[in-house]
Amino acid sequence: MGTFIAIVLAAVLTNNFITVKTYGICPFLGVSKKTQSAVGMGVAVTIVMALATLVTYPVYVYVMVPLHIEFLEIIFFIFIIASLVQMLEQVIKKVSPSLYNTMGIYLPLITTNCAVLGVTELVIGDMSQFLNGAAMNIGWAVLYALFAGLGFTLVMIIMSGMREKLNYYKTPKALAGFPTAMVTASFICMAFMVFTYIQI
Amino acid sequence: MNKYKKITLDGLIFQNPTLMLVLGTCPTLGLISSATSAAGMGLTVVVILTLSNMIISALKKLIPNEVRIPCYLVVIATLVTFARMLLEKFVPDLYDSLGGFLALIVVNCIILGRAEAFANKHTVLESAVDGIANGLGFTCALTVMGIVCEFLGSGSVFGLHIMDFAIGMFATPAGSFIIYGLSIALFTYIINLFEQKKRVKENKLARENLLDKEAA
Repeated sequence: MGTFIAIVLAAVLTNNFITVKTYGICPFLGVSKKTQSAVGMGVAVTIVMALATLVTYPVYVYVMVPLHIEFLEIIFFIFIIASLVQMLEQVIKKVSPSLYNTMGIYLPLITTNCAVLGVTELVIGDMSQFLNGAAMNIGWAVLYALFAGLGFTLVMIIMSGMREKLNYYKTPKALAGFPTAMVTASFICMAFMVFTYIQI
Repeated sequence: MNKYKKITLDGLIFQNPTLMLVLGTCPTLGLISSATSAAGMGLTVVVILTLSNMIISALKKLIPNEVRIPCYLVVIATLVTFARMLLEKFVPDLYDSLGGFLALIVVNCIILGRAEAFANKHTVLESAVDGIANGLGFTCALTVMGIVCEFLGSGSVFGLHIMDFAIGMFATPAGSFIIYGLSIALFTYIINLFEQKKRVKENKLARENLLDKEAA
């Protein structure tokens, strides 16, 4: 139980992907103009992160380590993620066309999202600081990926809410667009710095 | 020669990938709190971008259009794997400071973007020039922001201590976001000013020509 809470808190708050690790900034800045699209993107990224970890972690531990081909991890992982995203797109299209209409447009963008490749690389590295003494296994890896995705979604929603409000104000021409968004993001980061004081 | 000058200027200034197109934001925000790692990242990207541009432009007739993105990813991932091994062996300090962002060069939008927008339509030499120009544009932007951010965050530049001065915020992503945002704003402002001046000059010339014609 202690490990569960430690991983959830670390993934969502103290090591949030956007505000602390700065992974997945492209969708964070690009798709956060409206709350609806921010939620869609966040959920899509969360699902792909969890699924990708579910596939890459066993592949790394049970295939690549015994064969001593760890150095090929980047090529393997990017290929697994790309095919997984493609497959997920086809499945969703077939099973639920309405879900495809709301979420499907974000799926092709996710292949080149740092957050997905980032989490698959993170869980095969040194995770001892989050584990509270427990041994690393696939369950913790997928849990970490899932909650890291939820933390990503949380920050996306906060950001989109702030950007919707910011639309009502007039900004100088040079500051319009990305600069305003980044200064807003900076304040969110400062707010999230409070959580780094949590000691697990 | 004019063609290469245009490619270079576009990559370095007018279509600067970091400051004008806002691509490859993750490594930028993650690494500009230290000037050394920012410059190291930039130089790694220059090498990988140039090589990937050259390889993709050389193979552009062989790669089928439908599966071009996976093909580009394989080329880039192979280059990144090589870069990672070389850095780990020869520059372990830089390897440690880049951390996870080294592997994430694979999904850096700048490299895939240049392959998609430039390398698959141009010759090998043009693609190489474009790769170097864009890579250097990225490196310069990162290094300048890194120097500012590191000085404000810890009072040192490239690890050399200058004065006892530190604003803790600038050593975290919060400071990186602010520095990056304000750099984009400043750069856009300067480019706009420059283009306005050029337009005023052109308008003046056109008016003078018109007046001359009317007088004649």
